[in-house]
Amino acid sequence: MSSLSHERFLADHVRTLPRSGIRDFFAIVQKMPDALSLGIGEPDFITPWNIREAAIYSLEKGRTSYTDNLGLLACRKAVTRYIERIFGMSYHPEKECLIGIGVSETMDTALRAVINPGDRVLYHEPCYVSYAPGIRLAGGIPVGVPTYAENQFSLNVEDLEKAWQPGTKALILNFPTNPTGGVVERERLERIARFAEEKDLLVLSDEIYAELTYDGEHTSIASLPGMRDRTIFLHGVSKAFAMTGFRIGFACAPHAIIEAMMKVHQYCIMSVPIFTQEATIEALTHADDSVAEMRASYQRRRDFLVRRFNAMGLPCHLPQATFYTFPSIAGTGLNEHTFATRLLQEEKVAVVPGTAFGPSGAGFVRASFSTRYEKIEEACDRMDRFVGKLLQAPLEAVR
Amino acid sequence: MVKEVLKLLLEGEAVSTPRMAAVLGASEADVEAALEALSTEKTLLGWRPVINPTAVAENQVDALIEVSVTPERGGGFNRIAQRIARFDQVRTCYLMSGGYDLMVVVRGANLLSIATFVAEKLSTLGGVQSTATRFMLRCYKESGFLIESAEADEGRPAVSP
Repeated sequence: MSSLSHERFLADHVRTLPRSGIRDFFAIVQKMPDALSLGIGEPDFITPWNIREAAIYSLEKGRTSYTDNLGLLACRKAVTRYIERIFGMSYHPEKECLIGIGVSETMDTALRAVINPGDRVLYHEPCYVSYAPGIRLAGGIPVGVPTYAENQFSLNVEDLEKAWQPGTKALILNFPTNPTGGVVERERLERIARFAEEKDLLVLSDEIYAELTYDGEHTSIASLPGMRDRTIFLHGVSKAFAMTGFRIGFACAPHAIIEAMMKVHQYCIMSVPIFTQEATIEALTHADDSVAEMRASYQRRRDFLVRRFNAMGLPCHLPQATFYTFPSIAGTGLNEHTFATRLLQEEKVAVVPGTAFGPSGAGFVRASFSTRYEKIEEACDRMDRFVGKLLQAPLEAVR
Repeated sequence: MVKEVLKLLLEGEAVSTPRMAAVLGASEADVEAALEALSTEKTLLGWRPVINPTAVAENQVDALIEVSVTPERGGGFNRIAQRIARFDQVRTCYLMSGGYDLMVVVRGANLLSIATFVAEKLSTLGGVQSTATRFMLRCYKESGFLIESAEADEGRPAVSP
């Protein structure tokens, strides 16, 4: 039987789902082991030792069982206390909190718990690769709302209004944003909140990069008046605590929504590994200093990388959060895919084409600064050489 | 600028002047001036590489000596501590709380040279009541650097979401 004929076994909605653009690019980079990568979307720091030690201790104690479907109560208590301390929202640990496998699975669980077939879901793009496919897999219709470089990829409520149609049920927010580092300041967030209230939308707010905010203060939409009851607040320990491999995310929302999410989670996942939940308790209660140290290091690298991009002729806004820069490569005369491919082939530096994150990423690439300083410096030198040739070429053609 | 340079030095992320200038987005002259200011105010005492003691163990023995001394009227522990600290063999000298007074870390070419230092120099100083010498056998972490670390960032995917 040829492999082609297996296609008939696949579900239509999965067969027609595009692969992530990041995955395609990763396949190319993987073949070049000596490439310098600015394409990494996870911290370069290893999880702080006290957190790793807590995981080891959990295993030593023989804590290897299932937990409650919602997660260990002690972990949920640590989560809700942390959210109150950092974000200012109060949730009941027994009724309004669920521990999931990273924000990705928790978001998927949330979407499947609330989306009916044909429901429209607004999301802003460029954005993390899983939102549109996640909406589609849940039976919804993803409606992308563009964000723009001229306002640092923040979200205009006017663009939301343009995209809204009857049948729109929910709005996904991801501020600070992967891949742009975009944030929404409080006043703009209040306008978005009013829009959500007016249109009776449920908000799914993925705030995984909140602690990696360098300028200004992060505000959660769930903390705004009236929004707690229409928001599923999604967060986790992957980014700020450098715990991507622990796969811990959490959702906080009104009881009825968490109860619905628990049913989906129960039948798919059962429960999250217990020792990573115990490590999460340690992270949320005893790692503020480690987070502050990592943030300070990211901030210095951000400042350096943005300076270098602008100096080499790639206009780049200063991202106020995350560990991503999103420079424009439009001036080089190449599209983002050709730019990234040629940069990899000619100078062995990996960046991710902006369109991997949505059509509004055209003309941009994502370059992460979650890489050691020396590597960033070397990657910048190589990019400088590459961009210099490109910018010189049109001039020579004129002469 | 002085504070920012000091922070970089403490974190060990960028130690050369050009690199510090690049990280901070400042001129090399500004960084030099900040370093000069740190030296003048005796915040920055000097530069030394951090060497794995095990790698040079053939020519080097380190010992931690607990020293009990009699404090002096007027000067307390300072005069005797400063006197001990002046010996070339002494790498570190701290006044301690607890069961003894001065913690003195000494380095010698071999065991005998440290024994000689303790017996002939340290113990014979006026004011020194007793010494207890503990030889260092193996190093696991030096100045914040793990000696044998299985930690590596290799294996991370080169591109990830």
